[in-house]
Amino acid sequence: MPQRTKASWRLSLMNSPDPVGAGVPDEFYEKRTSVHPKRIDGRYRRIKWAAMLITLAIYYITPWIRWDRGPHVTNQAVLVDFAHRRFYMFGIEIWPHEFYFVAGMLIMAGFGLFLVTSAVGRAWCGYSCPQTVWTDLFQHVDRFVDGDRNARMRLDAAPWTGSKIARRLFKWTIYLVISFWTGGAWIMYFSDAPTLVRDFWSGQAAPIAYGTIAVLTLTTFTFGGIIREQVCIYMCPWPRIQTALMDENSLQVTYKDWRGEPRGSVKKAKKNPADFGDCVDCNQCVAVCPTGWDIRKGPDISCITCALCIDACDRVMADVGRPRGLISYATLDDCKAEQAGGAPRPAWKALTRPRIVVYFAAWSAIGLALLFALGTRSHTDISAASDRNPPFMLMSDGSIRNAFTVKLRNMQSSPRTMRVKMQGLPGGAMWTDEMDRKSATRAIESLVPADETKALRIYVMAPPDTSSQDFALVATAQDREGEQDRTEQRFNGPDNSR
Amino acid sequence: MANKRIDEATNIETVGHEWDGIEELNNPLPRWWLWSYYASVVFAIGYCIAYPAWPLIEKGTEGVLGWTSRGALAEEMLQEEERKAPILAAISSVPIEQLPQDNAQMRAAIDGGRAAFKVNCVQCHGAGAAGSKGYPNLNDDVWLWGGDLKAIEYSLIHGIRQPGHDETRIGMMPAFGRDGILTGAQISDTADHVLSLSGKGEKNAAGAQLFAENCAICHGAEGKGLRQFGAPNLADAISLYGNSRQQVTNQIHAPSHGVMPAWGERLDPVTIRMLAVYVHSLGGGEDFMENAPEDESVLAAEPDEQP
Repeated sequence: MPQRTKASWRLSLMNSPDPVGAGVPDEFYEKRTSVHPKRIDGRYRRIKWAAMLITLAIYYITPWIRWDRGPHVTNQAVLVDFAHRRFYMFGIEIWPHEFYFVAGMLIMAGFGLFLVTSAVGRAWCGYSCPQTVWTDLFQHVDRFVDGDRNARMRLDAAPWTGSKIARRLFKWTIYLVISFWTGGAWIMYFSDAPTLVRDFWSGQAAPIAYGTIAVLTLTTFTFGGIIREQVCIYMCPWPRIQTALMDENSLQVTYKDWRGEPRGSVKKAKKNPADFGDCVDCNQCVAVCPTGWDIRKGPDISCITCALCIDACDRVMADVGRPRGLISYATLDDCKAEQAGGAPRPAWKALTRPRIVVYFAAWSAIGLALLFALGTRSHTDISAASDRNPPFMLMSDGSIRNAFTVKLRNMQSSPRTMRVKMQGLPGGAMWTDEMDRKSATRAIESLVPADETKALRIYVMAPPDTSSQDFALVATAQDREGEQDRTEQRFNGPDNSR
Repeated sequence: MANKRIDEATNIETVGHEWDGIEELNNPLPRWWLWSYYASVVFAIGYCIAYPAWPLIEKGTEGVLGWTSRGALAEEMLQEEERKAPILAAISSVPIEQLPQDNAQMRAAIDGGRAAFKVNCVQCHGAGAAGSKGYPNLNDDVWLWGGDLKAIEYSLIHGIRQPGHDETRIGMMPAFGRDGILTGAQISDTADHVLSLSGKGEKNAAGAQLFAENCAICHGAEGKGLRQFGAPNLADAISLYGNSRQQVTNQIHAPSHGVMPAWGERLDPVTIRMLAVYVHSLGGGEDFMENAPEDESVLAAEPDEQP
């Protein structure tokens, strides 16, 4: 963390007669200061525990949930099947042509972030961002292996003795196992999980599976185990974007400096109560911070608003018998009002302003529209592409032939026979390239396998001198539901001027 | 430009640039960032050594790994050849008329033929195999020399009127006008009769007489053609050289004859076979049963002759 250098530099600034020259940093590059957050318990720590458990459970367990779709289709509940171009999510199956569902969900994710950010600021960063969750997990490992903040700081500073090496190796092994498992869970989303595990350990999985695990193990180890808060402070674009999305009505973790300053120890404050604010300068808010920020300096990109400093400060305030909430979730406007002497406003009131309501309405509207589209979509589809070269064919008896590539889509998990019927084009008949011209007919039946698109090469023949005209192909599923779809097509003849 | 100043809130110097009131603080960069920069420099040097990188006067540096994009392509092509080999072997292993019994094999042959067609045939027959004047349309059901798989394969191997090739398909129509066999008036009458065969003109008795004497030997009494000589059917809706009166007259006066190379001299047998299957699949292919009874009788006769 930068504050040490900044502090030393501020010092030099104060002593210098020429502040401009002294403002140049004495070092262009800065060594990372390790962060050793202290254990804390409290309301927000418990929320953080819950968020961590839920997100990790979703991540690791989801690929192992089974979902019965019948004998023809995968039984994995959530699967991104790139090989067959399908996305399965419980009862929903998305085909490539239905990608608008994914687009819709991305738009929802966008509005969701606007909504969350303008309401509760960087709540995403504080509780559910993978970087935060995994860093939290790794910091718990640190605490488990090396003890709490002070023990870890001592160990860090200690020389490399045998026991320190042993501890570090043990800790890094745990890191590695978690990292490997993280990569391992990821690939399960793209292939049948039990099969992939078997193939993986017998060395028969695709090279991409091993490569992906290797890369994700490395990144998890590096990002979660080593550089941690540096990702948030230096690498992530999201804090920068969020600063533009927040306004004076967004909730953020705030140190109420007008109440806390000037800070001083309990002892000093007892002597001269009038000279000191509520902050006892115990530094607990800094000690528990997972990114090492000092919230008393105000909001910063380093502050992921996990609110652990609120837990820490509330405890201390209770201990010294001062009102809680010296650090709390508050909006800038509330702070101003409170500073001017108003009563603290409950945090939930910040959620009822028009901007939040509009974001929420837009978010829900898209969600409802997607659900409606999902509920009413058809599982039968026919499309046809007519040959353009040649557009029509004159046969020896003068009749006119057009050729079409017809695609029958069966979006159900069982094979279905579909009947393709011609509408219009008097005297016309059709046959496929697997049939004989002599058996040309006005309705063709074809068995379309489960969850597949079947292409048929169809020749449509019309009597001599048939003029160009529109006709239709109608596909009807030969089952109880009898779903139907039709496609309008143009029959081209020698008179066609188009 | 360099309007450096100390920011009041943080006591840190700005870098001196300002965009609409937004300034940047001159904070130090984290040191690991610097190391990642050095690491990418090292990677770049390693890459330049391992792979082709620097252009020189004659050619570029080659790289110690010896990788080339042409080499990578050649390797992929080789793998593709290996993948295709058993499929091609299977296609060659059975007589062509039996190919349709195996749908998967047939589909593979059609795909292979489509690819070969794009390379070798589209120059004359067109990308959609629709042909043009003088170049037969392969989508329709009109076949000058036969439209079953075997006949198409034969035409492909031996070509049409290929000079110096003994087994080539050959048939020549006399130049009735240019060589003085018929007079202009007679040709005119014959043309009328030919047009009437397909219902495009009035009947002409003199023309019918001339047709019977001069043309029926190849084109048949009713003008239905004779595949043995590649004599086209004159009674159908399709004319290779056009069906206007002028075009028909020209064709009687001094006929044009199409030529196709003997592909057997240029392509390997399995490619020709796949081309035949592809052309046959275009929608006008005829059943290969035509010659089958003959073949069967030959096969059936053989054991009898063996005592």
